Amino acid sequence: MRTAAIAFNTFREAIRDRILYSLLVFALAMIGGSLILSMLSVGGEVKIIKDLGLAAIGLVGILIAVFIGVGLVHKEIERRTLYTIITKPIRRSDFILGKFLGLALTLAVNVAIMGAGLLLLASAMEARLAWELLLPVALTFVKLMVVTAIAVLFSTFSTPTLSAIFTLALVVVGSLAEDLKLFAVTFGGPLLQGVVEAVYLILPNLASLDVGGAVAHGRPVPAAVAGLAAAYGLTYMVALLAVAVWVFQYRDFK
Amino acid sequence: MSGIAIRAEGLTKDYRTGFWRRRVRVLHDLSLEVQAGEVFGFLGPNGAGKTTTLKLLTGLIHPTSGSAVVLGKPAGSVGVKARIGFLPENPSFYDYLTGAEFLDYCGALAGLPRTVRRERVRALLERVGLSGQGALQLRKYSKGMLQRIGLAQALINEPEVIFLDEPMSGLDPIGRKEVRDLILRLREQGRTIFFSTHIIPDVEVVCDRVGIILAGRLAAVGRVEELLGSPLEQIEVTASNLPPEAAAALAARGVAPPVRSGDRILVTVKGEEDLGQVLRAILQAGGRVHSVVPHRRTLEEVFLARVREGSR
Repeated sequence: MRTAAIAFNTFREAIRDRILYSLLVFALAMIGGSLILSMLSVGGEVKIIKDLGLAAIGLVGILIAVFIGVGLVHKEIERRTLYTIITKPIRRSDFILGKFLGLALTLAVNVAIMGAGLLLLASAMEARLAWELLLPVALTFVKLMVVTAIAVLFSTFSTPTLSAIFTLALVVVGSLAEDLKLFAVTFGGPLLQGVVEAVYLILPNLASLDVGGAVAHGRPVPAAVAGLAAAYGLTYMVALLAVAVWVFQYRDFK
Repeated sequence: MSGIAIRAEGLTKDYRTGFWRRRVRVLHDLSLEVQAGEVFGFLGPNGAGKTTTLKLLTGLIHPTSGSAVVLGKPAGSVGVKARIGFLPENPSFYDYLTGAEFLDYCGALAGLPRTVRRERVRALLERVGLSGQGALQLRKYSKGMLQRIGLAQALINEPEVIFLDEPMSGLDPIGRKEVRDLILRLREQGRTIFFSTHIIPDVEVVCDRVGIILAGRLAAVGRVEELLGSPLEQIEVTASNLPPEAAAALAARGVAPPVRSGDRILVTVKGEEDLGQVLRAILQAGGRVHSVVPHRRTLEEVFLARVREGSR
């Protein structure tokens, strides 16, 4: 219940922040803009809308996750708002989980709004319910949970600027994880392959959660593949949060 | 309630600072006990280690060595935190919340059900003099109002032990008096209060015992009168309208040379008995008394005395 109170307050802070609305408007504008692009292209208009729309949801989601996430814990320490909260009868882990869940809720609401916008547009264009969009939107949400957990982890011991750089770097590398592996297999010797293999296993494989392209182009995504990707993402998220709680547990609030 | 509310044993804290993470000891082997129901004043100049001690006692930081026990359990444990209240120094709160929302949030963290919270938030806002400002966002609060809302949040769970870090700072004279009255009322209710300050008059009125901390070391602990001396040690009396011979007699009674300014004369006397005689003499000679100001040792003097004792 106390974790829920912290989560709700974090959500309340986000929705009273103007940045959120500008990002949301930006996303909806991008989805709307894809309509114009689709009109300019020959054939496959809806494909472009779906592809661009899903990319916009992912991009804006990552921006929200990173820019709110990196300040989530650090700002509370910096502004000393934490002092009155952490001395209430809560565990330090309640605080970290509450903060994380609050941002997760914020993202869920935003992804739902953006997803609904895209679904409406695509369904109107195709004159049928484009339900196949639900899977990539759901996996995008899982991806955002991993990104949020990365941001929260950095936020427990680093400044927002550094945390944002680290998190964005991990997001970029994580999105290229498959290519990195492919590169090593194609060109590298056994040593390079071994090193890349190890890095590949440690880094968050965010690419596995990107099925937007496949879905937009009408390629089926097997349930097992999607399920495995989601399970992987959630496991990764839990591991990151466990480390964040561990770091936070031993911190001094000077 | 009886027994020991707060016990610190050999509390030591090192911070690491700078690029080379050099160890700096900010608190040296601090041991003290506070009885339940006591108001304990923690005196010291800025940077002496008062806030560090309070953070150790509330579990915000971990000791390098030593231990802190509050209400019989390790400081900072959830069970202890349910029974304490804490007002940090220069408190800062979520500026996007209103005063009432913030207190409600604190109540939720304390595990209070919604109906209890609603009533308690209303009562606390009234108690700290913010009844009309509950619906105002905290970003619009003045420093004094923030201090008041800080006091209110520290009392949300009706705590047995209350830690206040510089509770009077940033308040005007009326606000200071209100905080003093609040502390006295809490003492009447049998609560234990541990508060830090660098201003002596704050502790004289409300404290049962005080501890003096100096450069990270506990320099003295004792009852207020023992440490600070009787407030009536030296008294300055200002009078006027006195015939010359009466003024001369008065000057002879003083322990320090009199100060004259026009018709007025200022004499310094020692002790209550002398004061009574001097006042009677002035009135009998047809003079007027303008002021009677007791002079006490300043915190600095007490500190310097402690330091001298320590180096001897």
